[in-house]
Amino acid sequence: MTGSGQGRDPQGIGRFDVPQQSPALDAEPARRNGHRPAADLAPTPTPADEVDTATSDEVDTTTSDEVDTTASGEPVSLDGDRAADGTPGGTAPAVPDRPRDQWDRRVAGGLAFLRRRLSGEYEVDEFGFDPDLTDAVFHPLLRLLYRDWFRTEVSGVEHVPVDGPALVVGNHSGTVALDALILSAALHDKHPARRYLRLLGADLVFRMPVVSEIARKTGGTVACNPDAERLLGGGDLVGVFPEGFKGIGKLYADRYKLQRFGRGGFVSAALRTGTPIVPVAIVGGEEIYPMLADIKPLARLLKLPYFPVTPTFPLLGPLGMVPLPSKWLIEFCPPIPTAHLTDSADDPLVVFNLADQVRETIQQTLHTLLERRPDPFGP
Amino acid sequence: MTPGSTSGAPGVVVVTGVSRYLGAHVAARLAADPRIERVIGVDAPEAGAEFSDLLDRVERIRVDAGSLGGLLADLDVDAVVHLALVSAPDPQHGGRSGMKEQNVIGTMQLLAACQRAPRLRKLVVRSSTAAYGVSFRDPAVFTEETEPREVPRGGFGRDILDVEGYVRGFRRRRSDVTATVLRFAPFIGSTADTTLTRYFAQPFVPTVFGRDPRLQFLHFDDALEVLHRSIVEDHPGTYNVAGPGVLSLSQAIRRAGRVAVPVLEPGLSGAAALARSMGFGRYGLDQVDLFVHGRVVDTTRLEQEYGFTPRSTAEAFDDFIRAHHGGVVVTRSQLAAAEQLVLDGIRQVRAAVRERTS
Repeated sequence: MTGSGQGRDPQGIGRFDVPQQSPALDAEPARRNGHRPAADLAPTPTPADEVDTATSDEVDTTTSDEVDTTASGEPVSLDGDRAADGTPGGTAPAVPDRPRDQWDRRVAGGLAFLRRRLSGEYEVDEFGFDPDLTDAVFHPLLRLLYRDWFRTEVSGVEHVPVDGPALVVGNHSGTVALDALILSAALHDKHPARRYLRLLGADLVFRMPVVSEIARKTGGTVACNPDAERLLGGGDLVGVFPEGFKGIGKLYADRYKLQRFGRGGFVSAALRTGTPIVPVAIVGGEEIYPMLADIKPLARLLKLPYFPVTPTFPLLGPLGMVPLPSKWLIEFCPPIPTAHLTDSADDPLVVFNLADQVRETIQQTLHTLLERRPDPFGP
Repeated sequence: MTPGSTSGAPGVVVVTGVSRYLGAHVAARLAADPRIERVIGVDAPEAGAEFSDLLDRVERIRVDAGSLGGLLADLDVDAVVHLALVSAPDPQHGGRSGMKEQNVIGTMQLLAACQRAPRLRKLVVRSSTAAYGVSFRDPAVFTEETEPREVPRGGFGRDILDVEGYVRGFRRRRSDVTATVLRFAPFIGSTADTTLTRYFAQPFVPTVFGRDPRLQFLHFDDALEVLHRSIVEDHPGTYNVAGPGVLSLSQAIRRAGRVAVPVLEPGLSGAAALARSMGFGRYGLDQVDLFVHGRVVDTTRLEQEYGFTPRSTAEAFDDFIRAHHGGVVVTRSQLAAAEQLVLDGIRQVRAAVRERTS
């Protein structure tokens, strides 16, 4: 505490002069005056949640720092601080409501969230998407993962429309479909309109208990044309990985080689609704669980599409489930308009050509991103 | 057909299944409508005398399904409302085989009789959203065009598929009859008494572990309204009838102030089978499948054709909660009080700590 106070002193000398001049009676705003430059100095994060955490930490440290410095410096100003702090505590009933106290707000917010959950007072859409739970639980967890563990850099967010439908098509990788979750959380945080990405998942996902529940609550649904068209028709942002299990279940030797794009069902869904397609290239997912081999008999036994062997799994058991901290780059490419092709949704030639165009765009972007990232585990 | 047109109000209406809750209420409501001259309630001979206070303006005829044919022709019937479907096996009425007899054979015989009724202009058949079956590859929202991907495991779902098949055949043979099939979501409301309302009325509610199905309910009064409109107006075709919006099962249980008890799915299926074979409890595979997969339907077609929107699933469920507050374990006000208590506690502790450190 004192250490950080001393560390900040060089910049702080100037601003601590200010409260000394003004009488101690309104110490509360003076303290805020002192705090404001510190908030400006805080690192760059733009999304609201990040700002929230950053400032709340700052407030707490600066307030206690200030008490420390004033205590050691001027006893007069300390008394003033006390008085200012004490008066509301004395007049207010039992517990003062401190609207400026970040921790108080967070505790109250957390409790209100718990109460909402326990009494069922939240909304779920017809696909089972629960924004309340996604914002409060899943995205903060994913944020830790993509920001701190994978050090993800996102570019080209401006290519994702601010409103209206769009179909985001990405490359799939990483043995476990973590890239889809990372993409949705990162897009939600970086996009100016904080849009949710509605993921389309294989039916295997919806066969599994617990997993299916989480998938629906975070906005996912079964990859089928009726659902895709319904979401796009409702103006949602839909995320799809046409490679499917071929993409995530490929060996490490085949990393960043796009697999076949199936029958191009995603293209016909976009064509039927006239939705632009936004290709997205994701680099980093291939290294999190490098799959060295696939034990096919075991996979058949467990009715899974593949059974992965990575350097750490199944050798280290549950520890092998920890993803390796690779460096991630996500780039959204310029949207491909489809509004003029609405009539050709059933024309296989148009569908395949468009699917190829999307595939080529993603593959080339992958190559450029890989050049930008020479070391997979770099900073 | 414009919504709300009344040109097609029929003179003589036959309602089947009036000894049951839905049938009795529909018949009473139609009898109270001055546009309809006669309402005849048809029952199986062994049916009890429940709801007779509701049915004082309804002529009741007890006849077995086989001799319906002559009856419909003799009475110059204009419209038939077929509601005599059983959604869960009732051990007092022959269990599953009695249920199938009533649902499938009963519908077959009724439709055969309808086919031979010369004046018949209108047929309204109660169906269920169970007609969509359950599958993991199902789309999230069913429209009327969605075909079931797998035949349901539960008896009621299979019966419904059969019933709808017979109605399709009837439509082909009597294209002059306006046939309306109404696929109802599970009924709920302050007075309705169904398998599902009994389920939610328990203080501890079993659910399937790791599944949180999306559910839709239909308020019982809205079901009556849609059935009534189907008789006095002309709405040929198949319609989903459900309250717009969705509640997840866990959410519904919490809103009702009940406590969910997750059970592993094989255990629940086994328990359901055991309970059925021992003759108590009316939960079957229909319910287990619903609680694994959930079921949500699109009601756009109903809203456009009928010009009527049922109250939302959440409102219908609220109405049910208000009427069944007996088994509540935790109420919303208790939760709110607990929240305030904990918040005050934390504030006090923090204030005390602040006092001591400053």
